[in-house]
Amino acid sequence: MNLFRYAAPQSFYPLAQRLQPLFAVAAVLLAAAGLYVGFGIAPTDFQQGEVYRIIFIHVPSAWMAMFIYLVMAGYAVLTLVWRSRLSAMMTRALAPTGALMAAIALFTGSIWGKPTWGAWWVWDARLTSTLVLLFLYLGYLALVSAIEDTQRADRAAALLLLVGVVNVPIIYFSVRWWNTLHQGASVSLTTAPKMAQTMLTGMLLMSLAAWMYSIAAALHRVRTLILDRERHTRWVRQLTLRH
Amino acid sequence: MMDLSQAFMWSLRRDLSLALRRPADGLNVLGFFVLACSMFPLAIGPQREWLMRIGAGAIWVAALLAVMMALPRLFEHDHSDGTLDAMVASGQPLAAMVAGKIVAAWLVAALPLVLITPLLAMAFSLPVDAIPVLMAALLLGTPVLVCIGAIASALTLGLKAGPTLITLLCLPLYVPVLVFGAGAVEAHQSGLQGWAHLALLAAGMLVSGLVAPFVAALGLRISVE
Repeated sequence: MNLFRYAAPQSFYPLAQRLQPLFAVAAVLLAAAGLYVGFGIAPTDFQQGEVYRIIFIHVPSAWMAMFIYLVMAGYAVLTLVWRSRLSAMMTRALAPTGALMAAIALFTGSIWGKPTWGAWWVWDARLTSTLVLLFLYLGYLALVSAIEDTQRADRAAALLLLVGVVNVPIIYFSVRWWNTLHQGASVSLTTAPKMAQTMLTGMLLMSLAAWMYSIAAALHRVRTLILDRERHTRWVRQLTLRH
Repeated sequence: MMDLSQAFMWSLRRDLSLALRRPADGLNVLGFFVLACSMFPLAIGPQREWLMRIGAGAIWVAALLAVMMALPRLFEHDHSDGTLDAMVASGQPLAAMVAGKIVAAWLVAALPLVLITPLLAMAFSLPVDAIPVLMAALLLGTPVLVCIGAIASALTLGLKAGPTLITLLCLPLYVPVLVFGAGAVEAHQSGLQGWAHLALLAAGMLVSGLVAPFVAALGLRISVE
């Protein structure tokens, strides 16, 4: 099977149509399992009490916000180098979800911060760099919506993404240097996690749910984009005639 | 066919002589910078210790905003009279010409800000020995601002929302420059040396100076084609 076949919007559309419900169902099931483990089984944290349970939403959305930006940058390379139309559409389809995830991470972070730090907003390193990430998403969306010509918008936004993705580590590093008030990372790949097994399970389930949701949402948006951009082609006409 | 340095010198000379014939552009930026700085004491009150505490940060924020005011003009004049299309179509090294424009924009819009900074620093009661640190930080940091701004300005070329959009695109990317720039003075004031901050700013200047002309040139091609 030739996977490159799916780089053509015409053949990707039916694939996306078939896959989208699978990812959506998986997202719902995983989120249900994750929330049950997180709120029903996981023990109360001996330091933070029940407040810590917000991490089951906060951490997955923060991870997702960062990861989606990287994925968008990957698609941006494909857009700029191979001028692939579908990757430009995928970049656009991912952006609102990424911005949403950054916003959720900030919102839940401040809810967690109120009882823990005593303030809705603390200028700590990770909150601040997530805020900057949200600004990067908003800048991307603003640029895309300001340029009317589709091809120019795609390529300009791709270039902006690449500049942004080079800057993200520098921004993170600079903000961390500027202020390191946040508690140390409690999940990392190099050291054993310092949290209860059930907490970790809940968080991983929720992360998978966030992945599935993001994929389903992006597939839905990319289908709309494909139909919109290919509306003058014969296959879209035939598709709409059938319905 | 011009080589790189010829193309660079050509556009540098051209932009400088254009700027000299329209001195208002550069002076407006300088005026904005001074005015923006003098708003801070009016907003927070004239207590010397407060001014001393926020001085470097306030001057840096005003410098960010002032440099961004100059950015929409970087390519817009050349775009509206068709020069830019000719430059892109000429087959001459575009990145070198863009580099010339960046240097010219820095000389016209940013260098005067650095030069007037000692006066503003005194208005904020900054200690005299902090002024060279602040000036060095601005001297190393403002080129990065112009470089990133050139990319944003190339991408938003000819758009109605251009100037506002440039602000939105640039400010998040300016965060490291602001952190290290204002941090240099703070480190100096708290008894540490500001060298680490200045070294990072210098590294940022070198990297962005090398990369930004190419990226901005690519951005111009995307916008013009």
